[in-house]
Amino acid sequence: MSNLSLFLGCVAPNRYPGIEAATKKTFSKLGIELDDLEGASCCPAPGVFRSFDKTTWLTLASRNIALSEEMDDDLLTICNGCYSTLKEAETELKKDSGLKKEVNEKLFETGHEFRGQHDVRHVIEYLYQNIGVDGIREIVSNQLDLRVAVHYGCHLVQPLKEAGSGLVTNDITFFDELVEATGAKSIDYEDKMMCCGAGGGARAAVQDATLRITEKKLQNMIEEQVDCIVNACPFCHLQFDSGQQDINKNSGTNYEIPVLHYTQLLGLAMGFSPEELGINLNSTNTAVFIQRIKEGFVTA
Amino acid sequence: MDEMTGENININEQLKEASTNALRCMQCGVCSSSCPSGRHTSLNIRKLVKIAGRSSDILKSDELWMCTTCYNCQERCPRGIDIVDTILKIRSISAYHNIILPEHRAVCQMLLKYGHAVPINDDYKIKRTEMGLEELPETVHKYTDSLNEVKELLTSCGFERFTEDNTDENKTMENTA
Ligand code: SF4
Ligand code: SF4
Repeated sequence: MSNLSLFLGCVAPNRYPGIEAATKKTFSKLGIELDDLEGASCCPAPGVFRSFDKTTWLTLASRNIALSEEMDDDLLTICNGCYSTLKEAETELKKDSGLKKEVNEKLFETGHEFRGQHDVRHVIEYLYQNIGVDGIREIVSNQLDLRVAVHYGCHLVQPLKEAGSGLVTNDITFFDELVEATGAKSIDYEDKMMCCGAGGGARAAVQDATLRITEKKLQNMIEEQVDCIVNACPFCHLQFDSGQQDINKNSGTNYEIPVLHYTQLLGLAMGFSPEELGINLNSTNTAVFIQRIKEGFVTA
Repeated sequence: MDEMTGENININEQLKEASTNALRCMQCGVCSSSCPSGRHTSLNIRKLVKIAGRSSDILKSDELWMCTTCYNCQERCPRGIDIVDTILKIRSISAYHNIILPEHRAVCQMLLKYGHAVPINDDYKIKRTEMGLEELPETVHKYTDSLNEVKELLTSCGFERFTEDNTDENKTMENTA
């Protein structure tokens, strides 16, 4: 089995560093040291850049994968958007040798090569397949007593489906299972599989409209009295977290649901403090949640 | 992979080629009824599929950019039309003809300048150090040579065309707004 290098993307390191820290801490606890992917860039984002120019999108994506291959690593991403870009680029280039040659002609100029001998992995898919739900259950030291609204996100499910992974069936449960391995309960809510609203360049283009999609999801979650949202993507994370602030500002509402990336939830269950995982850095006020975690939302 | 470089081919030809698949649409509306964006915005994906390839008006429609690429419609289309892929191709034609929303142009400028669509700023440098992380992540932010590589690749792809503002574009945007 290959080692893993951590592909950071943009939103996690530059807006939600807690997700980066949580990923490193939880993997280290699992006994996996993630290699730094020095000099990686934007994946580049599937919404705007893939829309604008496929050549650019594919070239930068293949450079990022090449950096990881040069270390003889599989690439681990913690973001659905990055996963969608990098997995799709990997698949296309592995399939189409003409395309690979074209991309490599550009990459050679900068001293890199896409060889196509390694895999792009998403953290959720990796944990589910390589560590397993039982493996997570074993490593967890605190049982989290939380009602969780799981948000899969479109670009986790779609690439897994296209890659023919057995994880995507009529009844998709892999993410819920990982959440429940921490002791938390994954609560069903209406339109659970619906988009957060941000993707495809829509957040930049028509932010107010995308927030209406987000608000609908928030209402459905509140209906089921969840304690927090757990996602697998810093971009969904941003849309839910800073989105609640925007909605509150625009419409005088009072949304205050804590938003956690799965690595942060797992970190809590491993005994890291909310501050070590950067849960306090969200735009939405998480003070009450953090207090409750400390007072016994967690049973040791 | 250079499917969109034929600027000289006329727009209608490009649109037609991008939308051959959409011709099989039977206008059943399954796509629209499964579209989360359509429930909250003016996007009517059934209509977009209908005019795709038939009229260059589609390039001026804001709706083209309201799709979140969630793939719900494509998953459910009984005719197996690759709706999202068609939208992406049409967006690309639009970008090549310099019909670009200012917000998207700004994102392109970020990528060209920093190698990140969402770059770091001073606030987050502080937050990173408070978390025990280094001020700059192990990305192009920290390695200038790497950033230069990315810029070189972007240039070799002709990416600057999307970042340069020009007056024509402003006019176009007025018409689109
Ligand atoms: S679901 Fe498919 S066939 Fe039906 S209207 Fe939409 S694109 Fe056309
Ligand atoms: S992919 Fe776009 S058009 Fe299709 S359902 Fe999702 S938002 Fe609507």
